[in-house]
Amino acid sequence: MPMQRRESLQWMLAAATLPAWSPTGAAVPKARATGYGTDPNLVKTYRAGELWPLTFSERQRRCAEVLCAVIIPADEHSPSAAELQVHQFIDEWVSAPYPDHVKDKALIVQGLAWMDAEAGRRFRKPFAETSAEQQHAVCDDICSVAAKTSPRFARPAQFFARFRDLTAGGFYTSPQGMKDLGFVGNTPSETFDGPPAEVLKIVGIRPV
Amino acid sequence: MPFVTPRTLQKDYDVIVVGSGAGGGQTAYTLAMEGVKVLMLEAGRNYDIAAETPMFQTYADAPLRGAGTPDKPFGFYDATIDGGWAVPGEPYTSASKEEGRQFEWWRARMLGGRTNHWGRIALRNGPYDFKPHTRDGLGFDWPIGYEDLAPYYDKVEMLIGVYGSNEGLENTPDSPDGCLLPPPAARVGERLVQQRGATLGVPVVPIHRAVLTRPLDHKTIPAKLHPGNERAQRILSADMQARAACFWATPCSRGCSIRATYQSTAVHLPPALASGALDIVCNAMAYEVVTDKAGKATGVRFVDKTNGQHELVTGRVVVLAASACESVRILLNSKSAQFPHGVANSSGKLGRYVMDTVGSDLGGQIPLLENLPPHNEDGAGGSHLYAPWWLYQQQAKGQMNFARGYHIELGTGRRMPSMGTAAELEWLNGGTYGRQLKVDARRYYGSFAYFSGRGEMIPNEQSYCEIDPTVKDKWGIPVLRFHWQWSEHETRQAAHMQKTFAEIIEAMGGRVQGKAELDGRNAIAAGGSIIHEVGGAIMGSDPQRSVTNAFCQTWDVKNLFITDGAPFASNADKNPTLTIMALAWRAADHIAERLRRKEL
Repeated sequence: MPMQRRESLQWMLAAATLPAWSPTGAAVPKARATGYGTDPNLVKTYRAGELWPLTFSERQRRCAEVLCAVIIPADEHSPSAAELQVHQFIDEWVSAPYPDHVKDKALIVQGLAWMDAEAGRRFRKPFAETSAEQQHAVCDDICSVAAKTSPRFARPAQFFARFRDLTAGGFYTSPQGMKDLGFVGNTPSETFDGPPAEVLKIVGIRPV
Repeated sequence: MPFVTPRTLQKDYDVIVVGSGAGGGQTAYTLAMEGVKVLMLEAGRNYDIAAETPMFQTYADAPLRGAGTPDKPFGFYDATIDGGWAVPGEPYTSASKEEGRQFEWWRARMLGGRTNHWGRIALRNGPYDFKPHTRDGLGFDWPIGYEDLAPYYDKVEMLIGVYGSNEGLENTPDSPDGCLLPPPAARVGERLVQQRGATLGVPVVPIHRAVLTRPLDHKTIPAKLHPGNERAQRILSADMQARAACFWATPCSRGCSIRATYQSTAVHLPPALASGALDIVCNAMAYEVVTDKAGKATGVRFVDKTNGQHELVTGRVVVLAASACESVRILLNSKSAQFPHGVANSSGKLGRYVMDTVGSDLGGQIPLLENLPPHNEDGAGGSHLYAPWWLYQQQAKGQMNFARGYHIELGTGRRMPSMGTAAELEWLNGGTYGRQLKVDARRYYGSFAYFSGRGEMIPNEQSYCEIDPTVKDKWGIPVLRFHWQWSEHETRQAAHMQKTFAEIIEAMGGRVQGKAELDGRNAIAAGGSIIHEVGGAIMGSDPQRSVTNAFCQTWDVKNLFITDGAPFASNADKNPTLTIMALAWRAADHIAERLRRKEL
């Protein structure tokens, strides 16, 4: 019990320290947006911020952007999640008026505040201004399944897992992310031939 | 002038059809092609599949990357319009607060109804499925047998286009030559399920789905479906040529703008409209069947949703196909001195024996499918293989602790990446980030196999709907209150699904995600959530114990028919849509014949 209380106290303190850096920080917009309704136009392309007002302050946006780049960095196959503006998608996500999204907003906004508070405590800087090494030091403590049950990092680990899923979702639904995974569909063709012989051989299935 | 408004309605319709989905679409098609003048009432708005279907949009084009929300529970691109588990202004209630006793009611308010988003799985009921009571003493026999419906299954398959194969399996009927289109090649994951399922005795074979794997034979089918009716043949032939074959991309649940899959709006309504015998009023929320002193139906009252006006349309015959529970609701709300408990309810059975499908799902990760060379697995926009129920003999020998069977639907493959594709990998990688996360995402992409059991529920006295005594919808129409209870036959079946799926996953060398839930009460999906609800106005041979006869004609009102899922006397594991259409065609043939003989 005392551990739990200490953890939640720390989590709240982290969120509470944010206004010192950013007056608009963790403020949650009061205006209740409506969703896209039960009959939205399905064939147009939507942009983040088009359907409901976005949430992130400049500081939160920076923190989310850097975290996106840490979670999915550029490599030889594809750019980073930050380069694809996935943080902007996460802002769209947490700003949506649906119940699950409202819950995510609380978790993500507090989590970003914790990241800054933790970086401030360890390195005297907001998370976005820390070095790659310092960023990894914080993330290594909260990225694992094990961290979710650690008294100190349970709630930040929960945040990190959710933020990671949103980052991966935003990234791998993009054209670059789909290509990275080796998705080759969504294109019309005359025939469907089934798996190539090479694929069947790897899996150990005789061709028809 | 096929799409009409209450102001432009004609006065002399032969038949009023309420609903435009599988049942209403088939009824209107059959009647209109025979020259019977039909008025269709649809509660939702008109829907243009060519203009409104998102065919190649990626999730990045959608709000929230296409993820489901309360507005669009099956995802942004699901074809459903103005529908879902909760329709604004159109509530329903539950009689119990107890867990496991809830019924969830999916509705769609659009032309074509739920056929626009359905899974396109089109299985015939087998001979056993019409005589379940005779076989095991539970539930009810239908007043018809497989042989009565078989010719209509043939016709529906030829009309809508269904791929599949004939495997000669028990209670899993083969179709005559010329009915089925060739099944698509199986995906690698499906082939692996087939290979390993065989070691467990689970037969994995081509599923039947209403997708055109080649163009329909427009030269010979129309004459088979409409013998002696050259006009109908000509109209159908032209319409079949307007339907394209599948181009092997985009999921069917979005709808299909090229009309390669069955949707009422793609298959039934265009030729029925072309016949000139069908008028449709959209935004017409039907709520009452009007009867005269002689006890005959004379018309239907509806709310014009565009202006809130109450309207009455008249016809010689009324057919309800508003979906099982909505048709029941209309009848229960049709109270008069002559029918104080609602029209067609002298048996007291109206609303009774609502059934859904037993559902339980489990997924696993399969190392053999990791890091496979990229290849296109879109296929026909849904499953290519499935496992029909395979333990009839064991059941007959009394070796099973539940009475009826289930089939297994499969989900595998390198699908278009969505929000879930690389999410929640922690159970596999312990929680990584950075370059390692990208390596993991590539490794696990396409390596999952999902199993959905879809099984038979036996009708029971505790599962029914009635009119809520106080709650009304936004037009003042009293709403339905649902009562629900599974029996142990269903919960044990759900537990058996979980055990079986775990065995298949392990036989594939895979790991179960989470764990198999062996307590059936927790394993079973909520009532209604599989969206296969049928019953509520069951057919029978005894007017005291059923609502309709074998032709979906109500016992009490001779010119009133119900052609959605409501007349089902049992709910076999086979998805109900194909059977709804076969029953509707048979009922419509009967109506047309009786109208010709001036008997209605």
